[in-house]
Amino acid sequence: MGSQGGIGQSKEFLDLVKSIGEARSKAEEDRIVLGEIETLKRRLVEPGIPKRKMKEYIIRLVYIEMLGHDASFGYIHAVKMTHDDSLFLKRTGYLAVTLFLNEDHDLIILIVNTIQKDLKSDNFLIVCAALNAVCKLINEETIPAVLPQVVELLGHQKEAVRKKAIMALHRFHQKSPSSVSHLVSNFRKRLCDNDPGVMGATLCPLLDLVNRDVSSFKDLVVSFVSILKQVAEHRLPKTYDYHQLPAPFIQIRLLKILGLLGSGDKQASEQMYMVVGDIFRKCDSSSNIGNAVLYQCVCCVSSIHPNPKLLESAADVIARFLKSDSHNLKYLGIDALGRLIKLSPEIAEQHQLAVIDCLEDPDDTLKRKTFELLHKMTKSSNVEVIVDRMIDYMISINDNHYKTDIVSRCVELAEQFAPSNQWFIQTMNRVFEHAGDLVNIKVAHNLMHLIAEGFGEDDDTEYTHLRSSAVDSYLRIIGAPKLPSVFLQVICWVLGEYGTADGKYSASYITGKLCDVAEAYSNDETVKAYAVTALMKIYACEMAAGRTVDILPECQTLIEELSASHSTDLQQRAYELQAVIALDAQTVENILPSDASSKEIEIDKNLPFLNDHVERAIEKGAQPYIPESERSGFSSASYLNSQDLHEVPPSHGLRFEAYELPKQPSVPLTTPPVSIGSSNELIPVPEPTYNRGTQAAVSLPSSSNAGPAEVKLRLDGVQKRWGRPTYSSSSASTSAAASQDTINGVTPPDGATTVTPAISKGRETTYEPTRKTQQAVEISPEKQKLAASLFGGSSKQERKSSLGGGHKTAAKPTGGHAAEAPAKKMAAPVQQPPPPDLLDLGEMTVATTGPLIDPFKQLEGLLDSVELASSTKNHVDVSAAKGPDAMAFYGDSATTVEQGGHHFSSIDDVDNLVSGLSSATTDASSGGGIPTSQLTTQNSKGPNLKDALQKDALVRQMGVNPSSQNPNLFKDLLG
Amino acid sequence: MGIRFILMVNKQGQTRLAQYYEWLTLEERRALEGEIVRKCLARNEQQCSFVEHRNYKIVYRRYASLFFLVGVDNDENELAILEFIHLLVETMDRHFGNVCELDIMFHLEKAHFMLEEMVMNGCIVETSKSNILSPIQLMEKTS
Repeated sequence: MGSQGGIGQSKEFLDLVKSIGEARSKAEEDRIVLGEIETLKRRLVEPGIPKRKMKEYIIRLVYIEMLGHDASFGYIHAVKMTHDDSLFLKRTGYLAVTLFLNEDHDLIILIVNTIQKDLKSDNFLIVCAALNAVCKLINEETIPAVLPQVVELLGHQKEAVRKKAIMALHRFHQKSPSSVSHLVSNFRKRLCDNDPGVMGATLCPLLDLVNRDVSSFKDLVVSFVSILKQVAEHRLPKTYDYHQLPAPFIQIRLLKILGLLGSGDKQASEQMYMVVGDIFRKCDSSSNIGNAVLYQCVCCVSSIHPNPKLLESAADVIARFLKSDSHNLKYLGIDALGRLIKLSPEIAEQHQLAVIDCLEDPDDTLKRKTFELLHKMTKSSNVEVIVDRMIDYMISINDNHYKTDIVSRCVELAEQFAPSNQWFIQTMNRVFEHAGDLVNIKVAHNLMHLIAEGFGEDDDTEYTHLRSSAVDSYLRIIGAPKLPSVFLQVICWVLGEYGTADGKYSASYITGKLCDVAEAYSNDETVKAYAVTALMKIYACEMAAGRTVDILPECQTLIEELSASHSTDLQQRAYELQAVIALDAQTVENILPSDASSKEIEIDKNLPFLNDHVERAIEKGAQPYIPESERSGFSSASYLNSQDLHEVPPSHGLRFEAYELPKQPSVPLTTPPVSIGSSNELIPVPEPTYNRGTQAAVSLPSSSNAGPAEVKLRLDGVQKRWGRPTYSSSSASTSAAASQDTINGVTPPDGATTVTPAISKGRETTYEPTRKTQQAVEISPEKQKLAASLFGGSSKQERKSSLGGGHKTAAKPTGGHAAEAPAKKMAAPVQQPPPPDLLDLGEMTVATTGPLIDPFKQLEGLLDSVELASSTKNHVDVSAAKGPDAMAFYGDSATTVEQGGHHFSSIDDVDNLVSGLSSATTDASSGGGIPTSQLTTQNSKGPNLKDALQKDALVRQMGVNPSSQNPNLFKDLLG
Repeated sequence: MGIRFILMVNKQGQTRLAQYYEWLTLEERRALEGEIVRKCLARNEQQCSFVEHRNYKIVYRRYASLFFLVGVDNDENELAILEFIHLLVETMDRHFGNVCELDIMFHLEKAHFMLEEMVMNGCIVETSKSNILSPIQLMEKTS
């Protein structure tokens, strides 16, 4: 019919299409299109273009935009075409406009009027065309202009119009829910439309509505269930069938809605069990579309209130998906497993090998999906393997979008389940090393915190061991080129705190390394700041220990360079460093006590230790201190001076603002990370200092001659600016940790509690599989190990339940419940292949070859079900549907055994679908029943020859020859 | 929202039909199409027909020299979309008879009309072939 392409089309148009079709490269195509743009620009301004010609120009404009070039010069002509009286031209105009313009384009205003007119047209096709445009072009502001008409059209006598009107309303709801909030009842009403097409379309807006607000649609559960039941029972017209399945797309949408409605609602869920169970039983599992419906059933089952029988069916479906050769089904299987695993964690056990296969598959999509699954099933017993794998994978990919995603997963899992701190630190090192730029800075702070805090072990040696191993690993890594900034910050901080702590490395060695870092990353101020501060800590530590500090020449250069830095922060750090070096050992130890980074600093804001000093000053005639709130302003110049270059007063009054400007260069901390790192050691008021009563409030030489009142104030300021904001987070956790210091000070919340079971489980898993290895020879030991480490954690519990499951399924047929028998059909193929459970071989005598299927047993199960299907209430067409089903099963089992791997090819072979279908037809016809859709495809293929001849004739006439450059253009898509 | 865009692209990566259900600028479309096509063309037949790209999931299927690519949201049933593509091809096949790449190129607007009947607002609204084709046939008769 349609292949008489070219009738009414000009030679010019055909030539254009032909040349585009034969373009060999993007560049060639671009050249053609650019030429076309020039031609059209010329043509469109010619007067008196015939309408047909104009339509062709519009299509050529569509081509130009589709191929990535701007065609805005012709938009107006498309807009004009929507005014045309001819339906075909009008619809083409609307189509072009919807493709060219977004809803906020200026030209839309010219179309709204036309749309309004067309919505009132007597010709329902014109109304439909206008409604299509409404869905694409109407924005929030123009909704009121068409809303009344659209609502009126909901009652139109033509179902096509009602359907499109409901979708227009859906669009309004998407754009602006409030504009149609009073019309929601219309969606409910249309659900009961006589026409299945309108009903099916109405499910789209209802799905959105239910998603938004589940509770107000609970009353519809009954309706949805009954609709789904009727659809599944094949009550809809045959035209909705797709590959013999009754309206699968409607079924899928209904299952989605039910999944939402039944989530967490036992009562609603109970109403659904029956129909979902029916679909599980009836659905043809040999076709793609059947599997799509089954997959949706699994999603539904995993979302509603759990029902053991349905869960069992879902598990069967998953098992079949995972054992399939089709990657698509495996993908769905992994996804479904991830959904179901929340409800019945034990089902992962039997699929461990399948999961590992997917994990090692070269197909990236499958791999990612599997990581998603692993993420969901991570426990403290398998976290090491999983995170290791994730990191390996993360290193191997380039896509930053996904890298970020997987990094955050790794960090999340590591923080949540880390079995040991050692492991955590090593893992984080790897993450930082390879994707430091993608990690949230908080993660780095957590890591530093962890190294400082330790893990609450009572054992001090382990504690120091951890730190020194961290230092070791950092010294090893530090030379690597191009480390991420965040990672370097961590490294500098750790080296500064603990570099010389265990005496293994000399101060000059560490400081040398730090200088190297500062030099190598000279554009990164944050890293330099960390490095300088680390230097200061190391020198302070040396001085406090009574050793003489010999500053390496390169350090000296660095300090000098930084003290002239443009960055005030770096400058200040450099000066502070120089000042600290000039102090005596006692003072240094007080202001920078070693290993005090995680000590909680308590601030006594009243500064009682200064009372003596203040009294003496007052006796000498000094002005008493007036609290901030009582002062009217800051006329005192001495106050300002005393602020020095260091701290800004706490900024809690408006009055402060005026005085802040001149001191701006002294605002030292621009980036929070810097302040965190530096806060610990720069705060000059660590508690011990004052407890010992030393007069060390003057940590910084520049502030040494400030008056008492000012000192008080300034210290307050220090706390506010540096101490508080930076410390608040860590001090909060510090105090929490400190309160239960001896038992549990671990940063990962329940680290301590999970560690113990992890160890015992670990032991269990390591030797159990080895005990079984002799029997499971065919599986590579590597995979076994992986399986054991991934799934082993819950082995004990698993064995019990899988045993129980086995008994249950075995007992069922003997129980003789007629209603349950068909379920066996689903269960049969799954049950036969023994679950490749590495830990379970003792009980299961069958070999672990996995996909080995016993064809006879399977057939038995099938016969059962077919018999039952025809003997019980089922209609004829249902059993007919079973026919090909059974054949497919037969073919399946036969091929798997004999040739292996040829089954389902008819569905999976995308390239040549029809040949696949016809082979299925021969199968079916030998079984007696020829599926109807096969016939229709055959029918439509009937005029083949004629069509082909026609096409050939046209092609010759137009000079487009199949034998020319691109013969692909002529290849039938379906054959 | 479900379906975000539908593309038909040939083996050389040339676009044959593009329909977006959310607004993207010309440059965004160009970039997106380029990236996706490169990704999909690099895959082999054994690999699964779904690819993740940015926030989309791409479901694709190849017929002769033509790739059909559908970009969907994350919570869409991928296998159903794969079958939707086939339904689309079957529908075009019924209309054109042995549909080939050239049919779509010569009758771009009709291919679009079919899509307009099948998908609205990114949702599959019609799956009955006769319902999809009847407006187009009526239109052909009157014009």
